[in-house]
Amino acid sequence: MGGYGDVKLLRDDGKRLDGRAIDEMRPVTIEAGILPAADGSAMVTHGLNVAVAAVYGPMEAHPRKIQRQDRAVIDVRYNMAPFSTGDRIRPGFNRRSREISKVTAEALESVVLVERYPRSKIRVEIEILAAEAGTRCAGITAASVALADAGIPMRDMIVGVASGKIEDTVVLDLDKAEDNYGQADLPVGLLPNTGEIAFLQMDGDLSIDEYNLAMEYNFKAASEIHEVMVDALKRRYEGGEA
Amino acid sequence: MSEGQVGAEQRLVTPGMVIGPSSGKRAGSGTITENNEFIATRVGWLNEQNNVVSVSPINSAYMPRSGDLIIGFVAEVRNNLWFFDVNGPFQALLPMSLAPWKVEFGSTRKHLGIGDAALARIQEVDETHNMVLTMKGVGLRRLNEGTVVSVPVNLIDTLRGENNAMLSRIRDATDCRIIVADNGRVWIHGGADEMRIARDLIQTLNKEGHKNTFEHAVQALENERGEQ
Repeated sequence: MGGYGDVKLLRDDGKRLDGRAIDEMRPVTIEAGILPAADGSAMVTHGLNVAVAAVYGPMEAHPRKIQRQDRAVIDVRYNMAPFSTGDRIRPGFNRRSREISKVTAEALESVVLVERYPRSKIRVEIEILAAEAGTRCAGITAASVALADAGIPMRDMIVGVASGKIEDTVVLDLDKAEDNYGQADLPVGLLPNTGEIAFLQMDGDLSIDEYNLAMEYNFKAASEIHEVMVDALKRRYEGGEA
Repeated sequence: MSEGQVGAEQRLVTPGMVIGPSSGKRAGSGTITENNEFIATRVGWLNEQNNVVSVSPINSAYMPRSGDLIIGFVAEVRNNLWFFDVNGPFQALLPMSLAPWKVEFGSTRKHLGIGDAALARIQEVDETHNMVLTMKGVGLRRLNEGTVVSVPVNLIDTLRGENNAMLSRIRDATDCRIIVADNGRVWIHGGADEMRIARDLIQTLNKEGHKNTFEHAVQALENERGEQ
């Protein structure tokens, strides 16, 4: 398993290359309301990842053929900036960004109360300014905070986290080397209050036990990130009673 | 995650936060019930009144309701109707039969052109956001003079105060005619200086978004006026 057998990802002391324990997350910081023009916005830094999300709407859905008479549509555009990685990324949509936009939109549709806004569109723009593995998770987290900031009603906020497998060991929150040379990657979008799963993808193979352990790590990390999300929203508005 | 308490002092809640058990109470706006618990769906301050638990959102888009007094700008004119931008997700329609004038087919542009502001009331909204306006009613008219400023929808109540107390204080202090519409637009009319003062006052509210700071600003203006 794993095609890069000679890349060493775990140190002799059991820690990972960047010194984290196997169930340790990269540091996460979130700031809400950073873009004055958007109805809601957020910036998430997750390790070296930087994701900015902006939310516009609800607005009339155009073209009319995308309108739904009973609910709002969520239009997500995930994009990586050309300068976000070492190799320059050709600007514009590609296969990967289309896929991530689609899964993100479907995940968000499960929490946003879309039936409140028939015929409308809610536009979510996710821009990755710096990438270091796990950008779709950082993007989903940013989008959730931005939606909350825009005052769009939601059942819960989605937290994006990932676990994976390196050198036959399940680890939380893969960094770039671990993502590139590891054996598996399990990014998920979790609802921290109900414990539901809004989206789940898997790259590589995990046994059932490994999967269960990875999900355990993911839920643990999700509740940690969720606290940062709530804190970011509170910080934006604290200091004024209604 | 911190559990919300119903009935405590004002608490800031975030979407998905469990507010408390739903027994014997009803879910108001900004909340849903799931498994006999209230869950907040918006960022806002928690309220409980008459057994209804609700969240007053900090940031929200204008959602039109029938009966709302609105200030709209004409966005499109047809031969027999106007489309208004009412600060909502959809444009509202004013048929010529509900205009306050006797309008002949094809002469709609004589009365209201693109960009003109008008004070109107929402006649009805259906479940897919189709909106019909009416300008038949006391005080509903085309706004020819004055200026229109925007206020976030969630701050409208603060601007009006209880029983419009705050609004009449501002009217007295600034010597302006002021109409606060439900869709987050405020019409101000008076002398050039007075209008500027009123507009600055409303900008403080926009910037601070805070009841007490706004109250202080109004108080300061009243004192200043009293001394003159």
